[in-house]
Amino acid sequence: MNAAAESIERPATPPATGSETIVHAQGLTKRYKNAAALDGANFEVGSGRIVGLIGPNGAGKTTALKAILGLTDFEGELKVLGMDPRKQRPQLMREVCFIADVATLPRWIRVQEAIDFVAGVHPRFDRAKCERFLARTKLYANQKVREMSKGMIVQLHLAIVMAIDARLLVLDEPTLGLDILYRKQFYQSLLEDYFDENKTILITTHQVEEVEHILTDLLFIRDGKITLSTTMEEMGARFAEVLVNADKVEAARALKPLDERAAVFGKSVFLYDSADPEQLARLGEIKRPSVSDLFVATMKGTYA
Amino acid sequence: MNAMLKSPFAWLLKREYWEHRRSFLRTQWVVAAVVIALTILGIIAAEVWGARTGNNIQIGFSGSLNDALQNGLSQNTDALVRGLDSMLLSFGLIASIVLFFVVFFYLLGALYDDRRDRSILFWKSLPVSDTATVIAKVVSATVVAPIIAVIVVLAAYIVQQIVMSIWFGAHGLNPFTLIWAHVGPFSTWLHLVAAIPVDAVWALPTVGWLLFWSAAVRSKPFLWAVFIPIIAGVLNFWVGLIGLPHVNIGFFWGDLVGRALLSVFPGSWMAVYRNDPSMLNQLTNMSAGEHVGTYGMMYHTFLTPDMWIGAAVGIALIAAAIWFRRWRDEV
Repeated sequence: MNAAAESIERPATPPATGSETIVHAQGLTKRYKNAAALDGANFEVGSGRIVGLIGPNGAGKTTALKAILGLTDFEGELKVLGMDPRKQRPQLMREVCFIADVATLPRWIRVQEAIDFVAGVHPRFDRAKCERFLARTKLYANQKVREMSKGMIVQLHLAIVMAIDARLLVLDEPTLGLDILYRKQFYQSLLEDYFDENKTILITTHQVEEVEHILTDLLFIRDGKITLSTTMEEMGARFAEVLVNADKVEAARALKPLDERAAVFGKSVFLYDSADPEQLARLGEIKRPSVSDLFVATMKGTYA
Repeated sequence: MNAMLKSPFAWLLKREYWEHRRSFLRTQWVVAAVVIALTILGIIAAEVWGARTGNNIQIGFSGSLNDALQNGLSQNTDALVRGLDSMLLSFGLIASIVLFFVVFFYLLGALYDDRRDRSILFWKSLPVSDTATVIAKVVSATVVAPIIAVIVVLAAYIVQQIVMSIWFGAHGLNPFTLIWAHVGPFSTWLHLVAAIPVDAVWALPTVGWLLFWSAAVRSKPFLWAVFIPIIAGVLNFWVGLIGLPHVNIGFFWGDLVGRALLSVFPGSWMAVYRNDPSMLNQLTNMSAGEHVGTYGMMYHTFLTPDMWIGAAVGIALIAAAIWFRRWRDEV
């Protein structure tokens, strides 16, 4: 893992049980003309969690987010903060923020205008807070979005969103196309200045390595279905990776690993789901698998 | 009032103005400035010409430029007032043409441009209903843009009169008795203001038609909005040509295609009187200052079925545009 990501520590979180349900989806389905983008997905997101919704291209991530945000119609049951996103969108958007992709701020708007407008229409926006966040950047009041780099646009968008006292923040590939400095700063700000036990963040991203240290929960999605729903603690307890010497490979295979891949010096890495730790310890050195390794292992064959 | 200016809806209007101040305001004053510049060039040309021909210029009066101005104008104040009023009207007409194009293309892009550049995702992340968003665009097109145009017209007119005053003064004429005492800009100007509500309701079918295509299509709203009615009109004409049952040609072009595309032209409601000889008579016999129509005539438009049938169709189209704005989800 790179050093940059390591300094971002996962925040202390309340136990998943007993926390308020922010998103509840049951049999969530969305069919387009010839394919189902969501095919009966079931999941829950509790308050005070940072949830990674992770899946390959076309798995239904964005469609799920659009359903949560009331941007698309769907079948099945979906409640966000107890509301139906299809019918109560304007009310819901007082409590829900989203950054969908980078650079969706209108190109003609000036920093000052964006702040004035959001302050005018959003009852939970704190202008002073937003201006404090912006003071840390190089953005200036009269600057137009079209004069900014992608990274600066995200800084502005994030400053606006973090100044809104919302219950749920949805981030859809929020750092796509940004350089490492902006990406790092983005997640750092979220943790230091925004996240607390009353807020919930739902993130989709391809850059799994960068978010896995801040996630408290994981949702894997594939072909419109949730294939894994776990907290990071449970994931550490349930999945294990073992570095196995060549002579014990047959024994390792006998324990029915999820995945096997070659490592250096003729060794192999085996990934196990709910295996007996004592048995694994006899095979070799046990490690907690990274989210990306787990993802790659469980999504094998997706594009085949 | 203060509470109104701070309401979320007022912010939606401001946001439209911010995005479109170039077309709503700047285009108007640039065009007005060009007209004033032409006036100044005209005066300079008259002076230079006058000097060269030994003060013997003819501008509709006999004698020198001085004589012409002094004798001609001071003896014929009626003509002067008419002339001044028609200056205001020509500013009004030019501003109307500009306003037509500005509003037409504003409406075509209003629910399309932010889908194309995906900034719709930012607008939709705020607690604003799609109904409020679309209505703010309707109000911007039918109220905000025309009010700005009328203000620019008045300002341009005043600047024009100052230029004329300086010119008259240079020829020993008293601009206060000649121009400012007779100028009735406020009565004509109030006509322009009073016409805004009539224009606004009359414009609804075009507003609805353009917003509908702006919200509904994946790309090229201009082609859909403009070519569908024109092709339909041509087909209807052709069907009539080969002798099959068809919609009356004049009705089709005037009351269907015309209302769908041209009703945002200020004063186009006068077309409702095209078959009414007494009203037409009134129009042609009016003094220049009243040419935009009397108040009675303007507001009589509200008693015509054309006005309300058009408004009902327009509102239905706007409702459809709101539906598309809410549920189109290709982004």
